[in-house]
Amino acid sequence: MLRTAIEGIGRRTIQGVWRIGFATRFFLAVLFYSGTAFRRIGLTIREIYFSGVLSLIIILVSGLFVGMVLGLQGYETLQTYGSEDALGVLVALSLVRELGPVVAALLFASRAGSAITAEIGLMKATEQLSAMEMMAVNPIARVVAPRFWAGVISMPLLAALFSTMGILGGYLVGVVLIGVDEGSFWSQMKSAVEFEQDILNGIIKSVVFGIAITAIALFEGYDAPPTAEGVSGATTRTVVSSSLAVLALDFVLTAFMFRGIS
Amino acid sequence: MNKTVLDLWVGVFVIAGMAALLFLALKVGSMNVVKTSDSYEIIAKFDNVGGLKVRAPVRSAGVVVGRVTDIQFDGENFEAIVTLRIDNRFSFPKDTLAAIMTSGLLGEQYIGLDAGGDPVKLKDKDRIFLTQSAVVLENLIGQFLYGKAQEGPAE
Repeated sequence: MLRTAIEGIGRRTIQGVWRIGFATRFFLAVLFYSGTAFRRIGLTIREIYFSGVLSLIIILVSGLFVGMVLGLQGYETLQTYGSEDALGVLVALSLVRELGPVVAALLFASRAGSAITAEIGLMKATEQLSAMEMMAVNPIARVVAPRFWAGVISMPLLAALFSTMGILGGYLVGVVLIGVDEGSFWSQMKSAVEFEQDILNGIIKSVVFGIAITAIALFEGYDAPPTAEGVSGATTRTVVSSSLAVLALDFVLTAFMFRGIS
Repeated sequence: MNKTVLDLWVGVFVIAGMAALLFLALKVGSMNVVKTSDSYEIIAKFDNVGGLKVRAPVRSAGVVVGRVTDIQFDGENFEAIVTLRIDNRFSFPKDTLAAIMTSGLLGEQYIGLDAGGDPVKLKDKDRIFLTQSAVVLENLIGQFLYGKAQEGPAE
């Protein structure tokens, strides 16, 4: 009885360590074989279409609505203190620093990350990856690396589009609908948001999230048991663990980036 | 899917993303005006800096001419030493007055420079001698009450 319990702990520990090692080697292999992703740029462009362009609709619409809600809620609160002119600052800073990269990354994980895992998992289950190896084509170079770089390139662009749409949404609600002064909306925003401190850090965040999400999605797909159940489990795990990774990384990055700012 | 259509969409996506980045950089944010290469440092000592923070703007006639880069405490004279970084394009006379002001009633604090008439200009690492501390609301209320009490009881 006790023996089986201890054995269970031991097996899980060994499996966990083995998985970490496998994931690290997988990630290094992806980086090592990245040359193909750029030499045959057509492959990467195809993947940018699937993970970037097809995510556009959800990113743009969500960004617009998040910005509109920020405009409404921010106005309600700021108006109590008679400082509704600062609405632009509130909308822009919360989007550029936090909401833009994080929400875009969460949407990207569920829209593109899950698709990547399902695709690669199914390729593995139907032995397409093995067939490639039989033909002396390296599946990591041919299938995995282009998807990785496509995700890393798409993510910051999507986050920037999300923030832009959000600011336009805040403008729409704040200035056009409610009637906050347009000049002070933009000029206060401009004087409060700094390029290096706020925008560049937001872009760095989104690049890190892009790396984390695509790496997790690719690994889960590559590691999925070759059954229908295995692929569905791997897809779920991708969404859950990449969302958690985004939130945890966001906390760590924020703690480092904005420590000096009051 | 046709390869040219695919290329077209990815091109549209990348251009839209770049445009968004450009919008954020130019319309939403501002490149930091004062770089270390084309600016100079001035030191000012204040009895009380109130809520002044590093990176607060330095304004003259309401226009931003620099930023606060450092606030230190002088343990010998019990004063605050504030380092200002001023854009090279502007030079101020030696008898310039540096005052800590508040924009609006509850706004951020900044340093206002009031140029004097001295023909000698401030140089790098110079010190401003004429300073005016931040107005602390509690002191102001205290003074007001003290003044009221001296006027005698109201009839």
